[in-house]
Amino acid sequence: MSRQPNRLASGGLVDRNKPQLFRFDGQPYQGFAGDTLASALLANGVSLFGRSFKYHRPRGLLSAGPEEPNALVELRSGARREPNTRATVAELYDGLEATSQNRWPSLRFDAMAVNQLFAPIFAAGFYYKTFMWPAAFWEKLYEPIIRRAAGLGRPAGSEDPDHYEKAFAHCDVLVIGSGPAGLMAALAAGRSGARVIIAEEDFRLGGRLICDRREVDGVPSVEWVARIASELEAMPEVRVMLRTSVFGVYDGGVYGALERVNDHVAVPPEFQPRQRMWRIMTRETILAAGSIERPVVFGDNDRPGVMMAGSVRTYTNRFAVAPGTRAAVFANNDDAARTIGDLEAAGVHVDAVIDPRPGSTDSVRSAARKAGSELIEGAIERATGGQRVQSVDVRSNGSTRSLSVDLVAMSGGWSPTVHLTSHQGSRPVWDDQLSAFLPGQTLPPGMTVAGAATGQFSLEACLAAGAAAGLDAAGRCGFRRAQLAVPSADPESTAVSPLWRVRGTKGKAFVDFQNDVAASDVELAEREGFRSVEHLKRYTTLGMATDQGKTANVNGLALMAEITAKSISQTGTTIFRPPYTPVAIGALAGHHRGEHFKPTRLTAGHAWAKRQGAVFVESGVWMRAAYFPRPGENDWLETTIREVNTVRSAVGVCDVSTLGKIDVQGRDAGKFLDFVYCNTFSTLAIGKARYGVMLREDGFAMDDGTTSRLAEDHYVVTTTTANAAKVMQHMEFCHQVLLPHLDVQMISISDQWAQYAIAGPKSRAVLQKIVDPRHDISNEAFPFMAAAEISLKGGIPARLFRISFSGEMAYELAVPAGFGEAAIVEIIKAGQEFGIAPYGLEALTVMRIEKGHVAGAEFNGQTTARDFGLGKMVSTKKEFVGRVMAQREALTQPDRPILVGLRPIEEGFRLRSGAHLLNRGAEPSLDNDQGYVTSTTYSPTLRSWIGLAFMKSGKERTGDTVRAWDAIRGTDALVEVVGPCFYDPKGERHHG
Amino acid sequence: MRYSILSVLGQALKGQKDWKPVWRDAEPKPAYDVIIVGGGGHGLATAYYLAKEHDIRNVAVVEKGWIGGGNVGRNTTIIRSNYLLPGNIPFYEKSMKLWEGLEQDINYNAMISQRGILNLYHSDGQRDAYVRRGNAMRLHGVDAELLDREGVRKMYPFLNFDNARFPIHGGLLHRRGGTVRHDAVAWGYARAADQRGVDIIQNCEVTGIRVENGRVLGVETERGFIGANKVGLAAAGNSSRVAAMAGLKLPIESQVLQAFVSEGLKPLIPGVITFGAGHFYISQSDKGGLVFGGDLDGYNSYAQRGNLPVVEDVCEGGMALMPAIGRLRVLRGWGGIMDMSMDGSPIIDKTPVDGLYLNCGWCYGGFKATPASGFCFAHTIARDEPHELNAAYRLDRFRTGRLIDEKGVGAQPNLH
Repeated sequence: MSRQPNRLASGGLVDRNKPQLFRFDGQPYQGFAGDTLASALLANGVSLFGRSFKYHRPRGLLSAGPEEPNALVELRSGARREPNTRATVAELYDGLEATSQNRWPSLRFDAMAVNQLFAPIFAAGFYYKTFMWPAAFWEKLYEPIIRRAAGLGRPAGSEDPDHYEKAFAHCDVLVIGSGPAGLMAALAAGRSGARVIIAEEDFRLGGRLICDRREVDGVPSVEWVARIASELEAMPEVRVMLRTSVFGVYDGGVYGALERVNDHVAVPPEFQPRQRMWRIMTRETILAAGSIERPVVFGDNDRPGVMMAGSVRTYTNRFAVAPGTRAAVFANNDDAARTIGDLEAAGVHVDAVIDPRPGSTDSVRSAARKAGSELIEGAIERATGGQRVQSVDVRSNGSTRSLSVDLVAMSGGWSPTVHLTSHQGSRPVWDDQLSAFLPGQTLPPGMTVAGAATGQFSLEACLAAGAAAGLDAAGRCGFRRAQLAVPSADPESTAVSPLWRVRGTKGKAFVDFQNDVAASDVELAEREGFRSVEHLKRYTTLGMATDQGKTANVNGLALMAEITAKSISQTGTTIFRPPYTPVAIGALAGHHRGEHFKPTRLTAGHAWAKRQGAVFVESGVWMRAAYFPRPGENDWLETTIREVNTVRSAVGVCDVSTLGKIDVQGRDAGKFLDFVYCNTFSTLAIGKARYGVMLREDGFAMDDGTTSRLAEDHYVVTTTTANAAKVMQHMEFCHQVLLPHLDVQMISISDQWAQYAIAGPKSRAVLQKIVDPRHDISNEAFPFMAAAEISLKGGIPARLFRISFSGEMAYELAVPAGFGEAAIVEIIKAGQEFGIAPYGLEALTVMRIEKGHVAGAEFNGQTTARDFGLGKMVSTKKEFVGRVMAQREALTQPDRPILVGLRPIEEGFRLRSGAHLLNRGAEPSLDNDQGYVTSTTYSPTLRSWIGLAFMKSGKERTGDTVRAWDAIRGTDALVEVVGPCFYDPKGERHHG
Repeated sequence: MRYSILSVLGQALKGQKDWKPVWRDAEPKPAYDVIIVGGGGHGLATAYYLAKEHDIRNVAVVEKGWIGGGNVGRNTTIIRSNYLLPGNIPFYEKSMKLWEGLEQDINYNAMISQRGILNLYHSDGQRDAYVRRGNAMRLHGVDAELLDREGVRKMYPFLNFDNARFPIHGGLLHRRGGTVRHDAVAWGYARAADQRGVDIIQNCEVTGIRVENGRVLGVETERGFIGANKVGLAAAGNSSRVAAMAGLKLPIESQVLQAFVSEGLKPLIPGVITFGAGHFYISQSDKGGLVFGGDLDGYNSYAQRGNLPVVEDVCEGGMALMPAIGRLRVLRGWGGIMDMSMDGSPIIDKTPVDGLYLNCGWCYGGFKATPASGFCFAHTIARDEPHELNAAYRLDRFRTGRLIDEKGVGAQPNLH
């Protein structure tokens, strides 16, 4: 066990009483509660964290935050393995396991580092210029090698065992970030009485206030943060959300946020999610996201030990870790003074302060003097060392000398974190004075930006801006602005002059560390004409890595501007898109996975069917009984044949509750139905049902079903199962938009009524046993297509429709869903003596194909009523949806494929749907295509496989023999073209 | 300089100093034989084939921003030729054939990778619809295979075969489908067109189309008038706005489609997979990112951004299909503007204005069509009549009813 050699003796926001044991690449280490994986490894003297993407160069920590490009690890193991996890934001927990990635065989000795030798070849975009010959080698040879070499971490490859939640939150003021500006904003809005959410991605409030040694209101900043935090916690209308990253801004004041609920423990406690995805609806948003420090582009600036200066301070101050022993500070801004002071305080001697600014500034000069550091006016040209920086070449006054250091704290200035400001399309604007992109002019509605995110880098200004933003936001929400004194802060200087890269350096000068994009790649891109930001980005992959260019974009852009001798504003910027930090796919999916991907709808008779041993099948989101096997039956077909024979010879019952049912009422109900159906319903007699076909506006067939008239102003429409919602939506649209003047109301009653088809010669006999005797359902009183409201079993309300899908005498009996199970039990009981059997979707389908009824496979959206042979139903006397468009020439041309029946010539041949029809002797080709088979079944009645198809000039082809060409299944058989109705074509049986 | 392993090695020795711009950033001439409006994949391909197939080299591609900044750079890079209807099959197969020889033709590696596309089915009805499609493809000699559940499991064992709400029953496999490095298509065509004399004019927004006596004379741009005998519009995403400059009203709505890419990962998914029980499809790029997408946002917009409900819907589909991706992270999402036509199929045709040609309505399927679209549009412009491959993509088909409605959802663009 290591002893944390780099941990400072005291200080820091880590709990030394809570040691945490963890492993990195199998090696055991110890850290403290309050550490990140990065700080704990750093405390243990680890400087090598990963390998770069392309050249496999050794990489250490660059930063201490979400912008980290280098220190990516595979966190956890097995099915919980999370590749590409930034060690800088992974909170340490006892038992943590992490593994380095994209290296072989080990992090220290990575064979792929050989790529560094090929670096002269592997320039930006080299792959566009080669690997073209021979053509066949790309998929076989080149690409597999590239694919294996590319990528970063390894995905787990098995199901994520954790679960995720989604939640909504509502507030008046959302504050993003909890640095000085964010805390003041939340405090100001909270004290004014607004409902506030303050979201902080870290596991501790404070932002830079807990990373720098500052004073606020005369106390150390850490204490001040604690004081404000407890005040916020105590306010009932303020919600502090730690470990919560606001990742996206969406239309309508919706913010997407990810709360890492249990990422700081090994395994989430039972019944708790790993993460929670929030949709925060807010009126006002204060973006106080701070800023991100930029690296300086110089030779081999990626050597482990070359770190961002602000992050160096984070490690020394917040985590009490010394990231090195002898340091050089290289900065173009006055933050250097603080870096020098903090390093010295941590016992890290600053050998040299390198400031490219002529004469440096007072504050830097005095800090260097105080620390006994040499102040050099110049720049670091190159860092040397392999897996750890050993020295730096410093150029000053025209000469270069080497300084021996093991830590370089660099700073190229700070870039405001403006990402969220541009999620709605606003472009950040370049500010020459501040050398930074600032939020654009048009922010997302309701958003204000405060603090360092606006380029105000001094603490006092951040506190003041946060307070003002919080008060203003609360005020705009109608709250009285609270009285609030802006706290004082210790003075500081924030002067900066731009330094993007050190010219004339040797070695690779990295711009985008993670994607290995060097200054030379930007130069090459310029040479080849990829000068716009978008081209630069796409050609070199600058800014496309998992850090989304947080440290790279501005430098890349500045370099391009420098090379092309244009200003940065002329060179442009790319706008940022969600997510701000990468978000787990599981979190965005929530519970919608596995069996809960979509809701499961069950009919009222489902439990009963299950008890009967039904095999179910998905029908949209419904589960429907497909067939009811009995002992001794070998397969679905045998069962189905038995069920069909039972219906055809005696009686069967089928749960048809899934059909859409729409109740239509009102004086103009008939007129309305005339408009949505191609045939007429206003003339339907009360107590009668009629089959109807509905067209889309473009004239193609949309849906069919029966509609019954129960009263002068009351109809019940049925739709297919698949189209229930679509038809409802369509009818609502027609009423509200096209015919708002009609007196008609409609509502879906699909869930309210359970419905059973009782079919077969004995169906009436069965019903007569349960229908209350006062209702005469004899053939004379209740003939084919009759409909009535009746009662069962002494008063249970019900509806009875004499309609038939099977071709037999049949009824559909609807009962309130609450009686759904009781009804099926009673039907079966009553049918016992007649040999009743339940039948499923399979038998239903067999019988409808035997009858030549069209269903989903024929309603494929490409067919018309005329194609179904139902052209005569299409009224020519009234206006209805689809009437005009159905007259278009292509929809009425005589050789359109129309519905036909098919019967194989060879006995026993299994005809299958999806086959195409070819004339005998014709070559298979699109030109010779005569049509396609839509539905097939074995017909127990005909003892043959049969099918329905759409065939060109189908009517004239009756009696012809053609090929059913099913190349994809490897069959090609002759079939005879017959009429689409195979069973009782005269329709005598349903009359009973 | 010709691109080859030799030139790459040579330049490696010379510090990459001799590479020239991949295309010239041309200044507009007063007039051209043909102007193509829109420097996306289709426009650049059209210019290339005008020069290559028809020897028309006095051509300008006029682009309002930088070339390749529209949908050719904002898609999920899939190519396929697995269409159902006769109007589409030969066209997309031509496109596939052009893809297959493209890199050698234009001397640019676009990383065309025929890794196979698998459309999953989850019900008998879906299977039968795919069989109909597969047989239609076979009628034209296009490869198609039907896999059963075990066949799919063998290929992609990491899909959800255990507790799926809609179990996988099988899939339609089109082995020649795959992916392409999308940006490279724009750059490669630009380079090849430029080498044949085509002027690529960037940052030159067309502000008007000059028409006199029913004949096009050229385009007004922010850099002045540029004359042309013929003008071809290839500005998908903005087709309606561009065509309106010539007084044309198009049967097109503009809708947002989002797509996403994950962080880079070691190889997980070899080919392209589409989910049949939700809106989700996925592949993995050579760089390692999972590239995936789903349904349209469902409303008309010109803003290149989408909203959270669709992001969630896509990820739900992803988790339902492949629960192994739960801990992998969405790195970036983007929204592209789709030219949604009223039957889901494109328009490549002449217009009522002499000398003005239209290429639009690609819905969200334009990328795979790039080579054939350029090839056919060039033909239509050069010969003043459609090629037989785009004969069905007529502007007047909404009047005649000769629709090419693959999905059968009618004139409801948000459902295509």
